[in-house]
Amino acid sequence: MAIYTIEKNERICEAAEIYRLTFKAPDITAKASAGQIIHIVCGGDANSLRRPISICECDGDSVIICFEVRGAGTRELAARGAGDTIDVIGPYGKGFPILSGKVALVGGGIGIYPLISAAKAVKAAGGEPVALLGFRNKELMNMTDTFDNYCDKVMIATDDGSYGHHGFVTAILEQYLDENPDASVFVCGPRGMMAAVSKISLEKGNECYVSMEERMGCGVGACLACVCKTQFVGNEGKGEKYTRVCVDGPVFNAKEVIWE
Amino acid sequence: MIKELDLSVKIAGVEFKNPIVTASGTCGFGEEYKEFYHPSFLGAIAVKGLTPAPKAGNPPPRIAEVPSGMLNSIGLQNPGVDKFIEVELPRLKNEGATVIANIAGSTVEDYCYMAERLDVTNVDMLEMNISCPNVKEGGVAFGTDPKMVEEITSAVRAKTTKPLIVKLSPNVTDITATARAAERAGADALSLINTLLGMKIDIKTRRPILHNNVGGMSGEAVFPIAVRMVWQVRNAVSLPIIGMGGIATADQAIEMMLAGADAIAVGACMFKNPSAPVEILEGIKKYMTDNGIEKVTQITGGVIPW
Repeated sequence: MAIYTIEKNERICEAAEIYRLTFKAPDITAKASAGQIIHIVCGGDANSLRRPISICECDGDSVIICFEVRGAGTRELAARGAGDTIDVIGPYGKGFPILSGKVALVGGGIGIYPLISAAKAVKAAGGEPVALLGFRNKELMNMTDTFDNYCDKVMIATDDGSYGHHGFVTAILEQYLDENPDASVFVCGPRGMMAAVSKISLEKGNECYVSMEERMGCGVGACLACVCKTQFVGNEGKGEKYTRVCVDGPVFNAKEVIWE
Repeated sequence: MIKELDLSVKIAGVEFKNPIVTASGTCGFGEEYKEFYHPSFLGAIAVKGLTPAPKAGNPPPRIAEVPSGMLNSIGLQNPGVDKFIEVELPRLKNEGATVIANIAGSTVEDYCYMAERLDVTNVDMLEMNISCPNVKEGGVAFGTDPKMVEEITSAVRAKTTKPLIVKLSPNVTDITATARAAERAGADALSLINTLLGMKIDIKTRRPILHNNVGGMSGEAVFPIAVRMVWQVRNAVSLPIIGMGGIATADQAIEMMLAGADAIAVGACMFKNPSAPVEILEGIKKYMTDNGIEKVTQITGGVIPW
């Protein structure tokens, strides 16, 4: 647990209260891997739980996170500025694998951010990251230029057709996987979209990794609140169990996840 | 001038090096919080609630935040008492921890089975979570009826010579009645309070946040209730008390001890401040120094009621 100083906190979308917050934390950047989570105290005394937020990107000694204002906690966090402090624990959890082949980074809405650090890691490993990002409309698009920096190609889908492909990101994923049958898939976004992307990827025989989200308690693996259902193969055969998202995830091989 | 502070407390013959316990269900088996404190730093660790067989737990969501508190309904996900005895207990004991095994069952037989299994181990104490539904009595929690409390405590008492703590439920009209029942039946100590049953609904979806619809409330919002109940129980029985419920600071820990607690447990507050046990102990030491208190046991029951 440590207190860090915020370097910058700026709103990055006019149509939604989405912020990009940067704070200096060399001890976090030294050990963070793509897709891991940090837990932030926000919202004052009445908020009894930290807010789990995926790291968007590490830039030198600085950690960048992006978040949307959803309640009292994130509203208070949005009000902080350069020079203010931030109480953070982490990073925790298992992130995305560092692959050196073709990787389709499929993101939806505010789920796109952890894919930025994944894109960076894949690129650094000599891989070919391609971003497939879905938004409700053109106005809600954000951070796509950052994907441009690390990805060989960025494809956009909007629900209303106001930009890019008209429809869901799953349509452009199917086409991409047909053209690149050896590609792996990383996905983060709304639950329904992640389930659809997993299904498509696995049916086509592509490796797929999903970043799961659940309501969290301790964030360190002790309280067993943030579980998702997974299947396992053990000595006693196959079975199902509840697995902690905070430390055993948030990224899981899609083959393990049971969607219900 | 005080030369050395004596922080140790004795609960049912077991020496705790300090009065800080971590509450069952909030600290797993002590591994996860090692970045913040070692299990041997604590007076004692009350481990995750154990059941006779491994338990999968409830479907998520299992947690909901409420003002100054939280609701949980984990559903006792745990590896089972045998795995605990085989893996977690030896590790914790090797690490020098004082270990309280929390046991939770659906029947009197479940509790008895676990007490018998644990009786032959080097676990330091047993804690009975009696807020579980009694499946043979239509799912009414054991801990809500003094008669059931007496019956189940007597049954478990007969199976073990280990110090036996009964963890009282606050979801009762008169907590002194269940406290007296546990004392009559041979409990060595009491811990209180367990969580208060609560509910939170998402007004957009009209669904309760918790998949189990209802869950146990903890956190700072329950603290005054816990203090009141500890004070009432202190005046009703002579057993040692581990006081818990919403303690997040040293001031609150001291308040709980003044109300009558011999030791205190922290739980939900660690989710926001994982270093709380360390900070609380530091704060207690400062209070003792500032107030010329040599032994931490001198704080217990020190409230001066009107």
